[in-house]
Amino acid sequence: MRAVIRAERLRKTFDSLVAVDNIDFEVNEGECFGFLGPNGAGKTTTMRMICCTSPVTKGMLEVLGMNVTENPREIKALIGVAPQENNLDPDFSVLKNLTTYARYFDMPRQIAQDRAKGLLDFMHLKEKADVLIPDLSGGMKRRLIIARALMNEPRILILDEPTTGLDPQARHVIWDKIRELKSKGVTVLITTHYMDEAEQLCDRLVIMERGKILVEGDPKRLIDEIIGMGVIEIANPSKELELYLEVRGLASERVNDRVYIYTHDVDTVNRDIMSNFSITFSAMRKATLEDVFLKLTGRGLRD
Amino acid sequence: MDVFLTTWKTNFLPPFLEPLLYLVAMGLGFGVLIGQVVYEGQFIDYIKFLAPGLIAISIMNSAFFECTYGSYVRMHYQKTFDAIIATPLSIEDVITGEILWGATKSLINSLIVLAVVIVAGLASFPGLIVIPFIAFLTGLMFASLAMIFTAIIPNIDSFNYPFFLLITPMFLFGGTFFPLSVLPSWGQTTALLLPLTHTTNLIRDLSFNMLLPVDLIGLLYVALLTVITFFVSVHLMKKRLIK
Ligand SMILES: Nc1ncnc2c1ncn2[C@@H]1O[C@H](COP(=O)(O)OP(=O)(O)OP(=O)(O)O)[C@@H](O)[C@H]1O
Ligand SMILES: [Mg+2]
Repeated sequence: MRAVIRAERLRKTFDSLVAVDNIDFEVNEGECFGFLGPNGAGKTTTMRMICCTSPVTKGMLEVLGMNVTENPREIKALIGVAPQENNLDPDFSVLKNLTTYARYFDMPRQIAQDRAKGLLDFMHLKEKADVLIPDLSGGMKRRLIIARALMNEPRILILDEPTTGLDPQARHVIWDKIRELKSKGVTVLITTHYMDEAEQLCDRLVIMERGKILVEGDPKRLIDEIIGMGVIEIANPSKELELYLEVRGLASERVNDRVYIYTHDVDTVNRDIMSNFSITFSAMRKATLEDVFLKLTGRGLRD
Repeated sequence: MDVFLTTWKTNFLPPFLEPLLYLVAMGLGFGVLIGQVVYEGQFIDYIKFLAPGLIAISIMNSAFFECTYGSYVRMHYQKTFDAIIATPLSIEDVITGEILWGATKSLINSLIVLAVVIVAGLASFPGLIVIPFIAFLTGLMFASLAMIFTAIIPNIDSFNYPFFLLITPMFLFGGTFFPLSVLPSWGQTTALLLPLTHTTNLIRDLSFNMLLPVDLIGLLYVALLTVITFFVSVHLMKKRLIK
């Protein structure tokens, strides 16, 4: 597999604040690669360096074999960007937003018009072609931003929180489209706070915190390695139960009035606990990426 | 070329109406009281003296307004600049586009004022043919100057300062409403530091077909200030936007 993005000891500082702290990663051609992490982890900053809109402080960053500092124009011509913040032009209609954007890529008018119509169709926005931006719903705006990012038929699509604030239907539409693009060979970079989304879409992902990469890998493998198969959640555990977990060497975590037990053998462990202790509430479930995320980044709020 | 066309927004109504109102009010109203003024040793009807000044004002107002409020809204509220720099265009391209657009608005608005001036018989061939070129050139100067303020202003209300401290004094003392020769010599010197003074002089001398040596200095001044303010504004904008 060929790497289309390579970062080595990549660093970004804002005055004294270190936003991205010597990270290394590679994104392969045709995969969907995720950036997860709590607020302020440095995801958007990393994306913006890849998009050549934010200068690299230190380290090496290559996109499609070109250095972001030396060839920003060439790189930007080949990538599509859907930023975290909505920056559609409110004075223009939906269609005009796309065709205007195409002009910045020096695209012939007719091609731009055809592509814009095709993409509105693809993103289920055909009926809205002549509507002004302020009259769109949040989900429509997000879809339009993705459509706009696809105007130059990019080889790499960069999506910064594409589904934040959307209803389940809209999220599923966007997921379908991302899969469709991937099947056409587009490399997709995505940041998200939805763990199910990352689990569903990403072939590989990194979890970042305070500018550093904590882990990298395929989501299924990360869940398996870091958490195990399943989770047992027990309310109001007794001192004895906690001692028992420690003696048995079971991975567990205490959060307020709950204890979470991470194990590959949910059934056996649960049966043992049930027969030895009186439990008011317990639940068993499959381990998810959210468990991995919370375990690695902790449960405290970020400021 | 393509860049600045995209910032085309249909809102060019007031900047040429205002000078036309002045032309009627001051030209006809005051004109009756004042009669003639002495300009460069010649007696000239007040309204004829005034007209070129109003063309200059329309140039200044159009570009300055567009590249302060207009650009700031696109930059800060609509995030248009952020959207554009994600494409192959750079921040230099965006700023250049904004400035070209500001100058284009100066050209459009001043052409409208010029048309009225010509119809009223207040300017003469062949000099007036050159006026649109001067309008565009000085438009670039005012647009670049405005862009500097847009780059450093903390919020949109702060535009009151350059408008009150720079545009209004130029409006009044830029050789627009009265010949500068009535001012004491320090006043004349100060006026010559203002970009609008040179704009007014150039346009007035062209509409009277009397090119003077001072106009060459004026042209040099305009060229120089345009280049300087352009580079300063690009530099400051990069500092503001590239993080
Ligand atoms: N332009 C800027 N100037 C100064 N500091 C910045 C700037 N942009 C980001 N930062 C800081 O860099 C750090 C990383 O921010 P970033 O936007 O990359 O986080 P994020 O992972 O995208 O977070 P979120 O999930 O909230 O979008 C934060 O501490 C943020 O305050
Ligand atoms: Mg972010």
